[in-house]
Amino acid sequence: MIHSLFLINHSGDIFLEKHWKSVISRSVCDYFFEAREKAVDPENVPPVLQTPHHYLISIYRGKLFFLSVIQTEVAPLFVIEFLHRVADTIQDYFGECSEGIIKDNIVTVYELLEEMLDNGFPLATESNVLKEMIRPPTILRSVVNTLTGSSNVGDTLPTGQLSNVPWRRAGVKYTNNEAYFDVIEEIDAILDKSGTTVFAEIQGVIEACVRLTGMPDLTLSFMNPRLLDDVSFHPCVRFKRWESERVLSFIPPDGNFTLMNYHVSSQNLVAIPVYVKQSISFFETGPCGRLDITIGPKQTMGKTVENMMVTIHMPKAVLNANLTATQGTYTYDLTTKVLVWDIGKLNPQKLPNLRGSLSTQVGVPKPEDNPSLNIDLKIQQLAISGLKVSRLDMYGEKYKPFKGVKYLTKAGKFQVKMLCTAHFSTNWRSEYI
Amino acid sequence: MSCATSDLEVQEEEEEEGGGGDHEERAHLEEGGGGGGSFQTQPLRHDDLKEMLDSNKDSLKLEAMKRIVAMIARGKNASDLFPAVVKNVACKNIEVKKLVYVYLVRYAEEQQDLALLSISTFQRGLKDPNQLIRASALRVLSSIRVTIIVPIMMLAIKEAASDMSPYVRKTAAHAIPKLYSLDPEQKDQLIEVIEKLLADKTTLVAGSVVMAFEEVCPERIDLIHKNYRKLCNLLIDVEEWGQVVIINMLTRYARTQFLNPNINESLLEEGSGGDKTFYGSDEDEDEDEEEKEKNAEAPAMAKRKPYVMDPDHRLLLRNTKPLLQSRNAAVVMAVAQLYFHLAPKAEVGVIAKALVRLLRSHSEVQYVVLQNVATMTIKRRGMFEPYLKSFYIRSTDPTQIKVLKLEVLTNLANETNISTILREFQTYIKSMDKDFVAATIQAIGRCATNIGEVRDTCLNGLVQLLSNRDELVVAESVVVIKKLLQMQPEKHSDIIKHMAKLTDNIQVPMARASILWLIGEYCEHVPKIAPDVLRKMAKSFTNEEDIVKLQIINLAAKLYLTNSKQTKLLTQYVLNLAKYDQNYDIRDRARFIRQLIVPTEKSGALSKYAKKLFLALKPAPVLESPFKDRDHFQLGSLSHLLNAKAGGYQELPDWPEAAPDPSVRNVEVKDSVPEWTKCSSREKRKEKKVEKPFYSDSEGESGPTESADSESDSASGSESGSGSEESGSGSESVESEEGSESEEEEEDEEEKNKKKKKKELKKPVQESESEQSSEEEERKPERKSKQRKSDSESESDEEESESESSQSESEDSESEAEIKKKKKAAESKPPTKPVKKENKKEKKEMSLLDLDDFEPAPSPQVTPVNTFLSNSLVTDLEGLSLSDTVLSPATIAPSSALKNYELLHRITGEGLSVEYCFSRQPFSPDANMVAVQMQFTNNATSDTKNLHMEDVKLQSGMRVKEFPEIELLPAGETAAAVMGIDFCDSTQAANFQLCTHTKKFFVSIQPPVGELMRPIFLTENEFKKEQGQLMGMNEITEKLTLDAKCRNEHAIVQRVTTAANLSRVPCGSDKECSPPVPPPDHPIHRFAGRTVTSSSLVLVTVATKEEGAAQLTVNCEKMLIGTMLVKDILLALTQ
Repeated sequence: MIHSLFLINHSGDIFLEKHWKSVISRSVCDYFFEAREKAVDPENVPPVLQTPHHYLISIYRGKLFFLSVIQTEVAPLFVIEFLHRVADTIQDYFGECSEGIIKDNIVTVYELLEEMLDNGFPLATESNVLKEMIRPPTILRSVVNTLTGSSNVGDTLPTGQLSNVPWRRAGVKYTNNEAYFDVIEEIDAILDKSGTTVFAEIQGVIEACVRLTGMPDLTLSFMNPRLLDDVSFHPCVRFKRWESERVLSFIPPDGNFTLMNYHVSSQNLVAIPVYVKQSISFFETGPCGRLDITIGPKQTMGKTVENMMVTIHMPKAVLNANLTATQGTYTYDLTTKVLVWDIGKLNPQKLPNLRGSLSTQVGVPKPEDNPSLNIDLKIQQLAISGLKVSRLDMYGEKYKPFKGVKYLTKAGKFQVKMLCTAHFSTNWRSEYI
Repeated sequence: MSCATSDLEVQEEEEEEGGGGDHEERAHLEEGGGGGGSFQTQPLRHDDLKEMLDSNKDSLKLEAMKRIVAMIARGKNASDLFPAVVKNVACKNIEVKKLVYVYLVRYAEEQQDLALLSISTFQRGLKDPNQLIRASALRVLSSIRVTIIVPIMMLAIKEAASDMSPYVRKTAAHAIPKLYSLDPEQKDQLIEVIEKLLADKTTLVAGSVVMAFEEVCPERIDLIHKNYRKLCNLLIDVEEWGQVVIINMLTRYARTQFLNPNINESLLEEGSGGDKTFYGSDEDEDEDEEEKEKNAEAPAMAKRKPYVMDPDHRLLLRNTKPLLQSRNAAVVMAVAQLYFHLAPKAEVGVIAKALVRLLRSHSEVQYVVLQNVATMTIKRRGMFEPYLKSFYIRSTDPTQIKVLKLEVLTNLANETNISTILREFQTYIKSMDKDFVAATIQAIGRCATNIGEVRDTCLNGLVQLLSNRDELVVAESVVVIKKLLQMQPEKHSDIIKHMAKLTDNIQVPMARASILWLIGEYCEHVPKIAPDVLRKMAKSFTNEEDIVKLQIINLAAKLYLTNSKQTKLLTQYVLNLAKYDQNYDIRDRARFIRQLIVPTEKSGALSKYAKKLFLALKPAPVLESPFKDRDHFQLGSLSHLLNAKAGGYQELPDWPEAAPDPSVRNVEVKDSVPEWTKCSSREKRKEKKVEKPFYSDSEGESGPTESADSESDSASGSESGSGSEESGSGSESVESEEGSESEEEEEDEEEKNKKKKKKELKKPVQESESEQSSEEEERKPERKSKQRKSDSESESDEEESESESSQSESEDSESEAEIKKKKKAAESKPPTKPVKKENKKEKKEMSLLDLDDFEPAPSPQVTPVNTFLSNSLVTDLEGLSLSDTVLSPATIAPSSALKNYELLHRITGEGLSVEYCFSRQPFSPDANMVAVQMQFTNNATSDTKNLHMEDVKLQSGMRVKEFPEIELLPAGETAAAVMGIDFCDSTQAANFQLCTHTKKFFVSIQPPVGELMRPIFLTENEFKKEQGQLMGMNEITEKLTLDAKCRNEHAIVQRVTTAANLSRVPCGSDKECSPPVPPPDHPIHRFAGRTVTSSSLVLVTVATKEEGAAQLTVNCEKMLIGTMLVKDILLALTQ
């Protein structure tokens, strides 16, 4: 199984190493660095590499590489999933997963790694169990610790480790009992240059924040569970209840967790909340081009679209952009060739527009490739699929908790292919393969 | 102990004597150069740390340990502190102790003697009443890699394996592989422990012990028998990592114990023949052979006794299925590979959705999943076809993901979806990511080889790419074109010519070499060009790359053999140049070829055969997926990903010929009670509670084990077992499990049924989709209003909303039932008909893309060239062509409408006048052209001769099919002719000269936008659906007031169809609204057509309102056409 782990920063320094079996020399990482250099982009480093004696499986998260060394056959996803779990745990403990944070808390991280794997096989990965063994740092506790010399390490066996509900510890107590659920939906779509939907689907997730005393058994039901096409659950959800009754029945973990991920059935037409009128053109002669984008609301179910943001990856030949926006601000990053237009709230009366000229490199032929346009947006109080939570019931405890549901729609991978024209006639021709 | 301390002191003294430096060097050497930072460690600071460790204060010790562990974490060497640290192993402070453990585990191997000092502490810990301390002591003890303590470890593990606490037993399971890697000699004893722990009934232990099993004795499959059913039943409650390991192990187990569930199916398929295409006809050859072999042996037996799935096999499939919903990608993948390797073909489909879900995860997960999907799509294409669009590529994907998605898309391509896929590929070619573009071109090449129908289209497309500006694109295209041409060279001599021209510009060596090879290979198709290319190449020979040089020599040799007259000298020149080349391969080749082709007195017998050798027919290359045959590795494994056997990989065994005795899995009751339950303690009661799978659903899960237990004693147990299992599953399906489940259960169904099922599956999901979506639409407003209601109510006042929601729930469920019914009804329909329809539809869609091959065959109408058809006949014919659809008043065609335009006036034409009109008939020689009917009248007194056209001037892309020459037009006579113009969907004029034997007249034909389209038939629903996709910029809406004369239906329809060549969409013909609806006061008229060249949809809606007000909506992909059309129709309706 997992033999060793190396954490490598963006510039290629190994700043943490952990070995669960015998020590493996750092020099194995050289194979990785070689691949890293070849790939140019950190995202393009193959996650699985073969070296003469070892296999290297790595993930890239938060500008860090988590590189694990493997010696024998193991499911690659097993390792990848575990490495992501490590990153998640670090994020959970310290609020973010970055080089600085890990270096500041290196001992705690090392202890966590020690607990998470035993001889390369995952031992405790539930954050609830880990937090009982190694307490996450808080300001109060660190003050107390320095005064009293007490420690961050728990001295009892986490009860979760023993029970069949490893995600929940016993004896949780709150004065305010509350359970909040956020239904967050993301629209993934590809629109072609004429605005037609090539591909659109809705991904949803239910994030929960549950602070309840004791061992509550919750049941969450929906008004329209038929909408849900494909689902994946936190291990706490009982599969069979879902299969037979389409309700979520579970003993919740304590605190924040992701209850379920879902995909809305593709039979329903996806409502696309905004439309984009855009054109970008480059002139055959002269070092310039023109850009014109207008955005308007389409199917927003009467809600306002907020946090609108448009990102365009320009062709390499575009040197600079001289644009005017009727709303919001735009920035053009000269090195990455990324144009970002931050619009904010979408006003249906006065549609935001961005237009102006692009200066291109002199002497370079006009770019042929079409840039694409990525859209970010948020709509509060709306689940675009129409999913609705109908009720939440609690069994097993006597008190009456506060309950709440919030809805939010976001743009996921929302992409519009751009219309790039020189003349109309050539554009027509290009449609033929 | 006293001895130990004295030892320590001695050690310390030594250290003080020798000084820190010496020590460090030693440690450094031992590390094998591993600790890169070890030079930076300062002996001074270490002394500091030692002092802190020796102090009495825990806080100081803790601080020191923290600093030491931080050093270890950063990879710095801290081994010289070993003696000082190890003293603290018995420290009371638990955090210090833990950190000491961490240190010990890291350095014990290097300092074995010293490490031994700590052993006694752990031995004491093993006896501690606290299970946490027992477990952690065992954990550290087993992690210390010191061979001397192997017996101690063995003892400890054995003891812990029968500990009361399941947590300690789990730790024991973890310790087993540690000890095994330290001393493989202990294997036999360890297997005993594994056997004992496998019998453990807690979920906590299950995953860990199977892990140990896999590392120590994966070949001892017999140990699993007794625990098989228990593992299956516990599976859902095991922690996720354990699930992965158990599922992978059970896959292997099942392959040895059960029969191939597809064995009958493959028999059937072979019997019925041709039915096989469901999962793609490219069923692996190997497997086919394998199956054939088996079939050859088994047929008699199999036919006599239909395949019945072992209930244990079914148990495994059933219990793993819910895990497809796991949040852990590794678990999902494990289940997916289990289904792929073990499930009957009809059931494998369930994993597709889950795998597609994983594509939304991190990119590393995507990478692995896509690799596996690529392998699966080769074997079972049908499974992923409904999810085609999920594999579309985003510009933000990393290149490696893009390439994998391309691979999957290519594997999924077949006759029906190739047009969509190619259209998608077109957009990829314009990507900025050049590696990806190259991969796309290769993918197009592979589609072209796999699907014969699109070969020419792809080839044409690739040829167009040859004029691309990017050299890499051109080079890649050349290479792919070469491969394609090799399949049918005789048809494409013009492409070869075109490529020959490219040699002047292309610099990429591989591409140049490919072109030269092509010219050489097919020199007889380009007899004039080939020698010229050789001439040019001979000139640049010395500057070429090696692969190009070799191909130049090849080309020379081939030309010499076929056309020695022209090329003899050139060949000799090239061979001479090659003779003195720096590269010995090239020199060798030149010498070899000279001997072979140039006849000399010395030349051997071979030269007679030179022609045969060089000009032999070469088999076309097979472009196949790199993922072909990968599935002999267990999917999801590292070996599969690397396509090479990784260390420790366990082969997936083939199915057995005959099933081994299933009774081995029966469990005797007494054996299964572990010893530790006998002792009574408080913990025991706790454990008992645990033992009962608390979290799995209480009804079904524990059942099977019990039943297995009860049935055990009789030898015929298996029989009765299968019976009960079957009945169990039956009752489950009664419990309103999903219908599909129950379908799966009926394994021994009749063959016919199976086939039917298959056929149903074959239909893409779309069918039912469309049906549902219409329903969905109907229901939508209802739901919306509901939403709004519940929105308005605040969440807090629950009582009210609850009651309401329960109501709505019941409504919902009702409608659900309805849908189910409808679905069933739909399913029960004879499957053949919809399939046909589907095909038709697809054919139609094909023509959307202007691929030459898919041009619909010119309609049966034969347009007589020289005579006008009467308009009424036209409409009649139009009606005929639609006769299989609902005939309705809709197809009122313009009765008198064809408008004549003047091409040449009598006066300017000096007596010759020409009029033309757009006849609105398909132009049979080329369906992309608009037919123009011309009428020539000779008003002059003399005859006109040789009437023809010349010097056609067109915008790029436009084409003209000239009318046949009119040889004689006598005075006063009239003649007609038809010409075709492809306007390329633009209103640009076609300019040409009209010539007689004496004069030339410049004329031009400019089409009204309405003539650039041809009518198509759509139902109202289809219309709405299409309209829904053409929103936004593609939609143009205008308000207007209708002309007083055209406020009735007939007038509107006539005016619109006159203005544009569209057909009316019948309203209300949909069968859903069965009661005859009285015509609404304000009808909506819909018209549909497609543009002639690009087949883009043109949808026109005229919604009438009160008092002649109306709203005109035009939806068209081509925005320009849309705007112009709006103007024209507006004009027609308001005047």
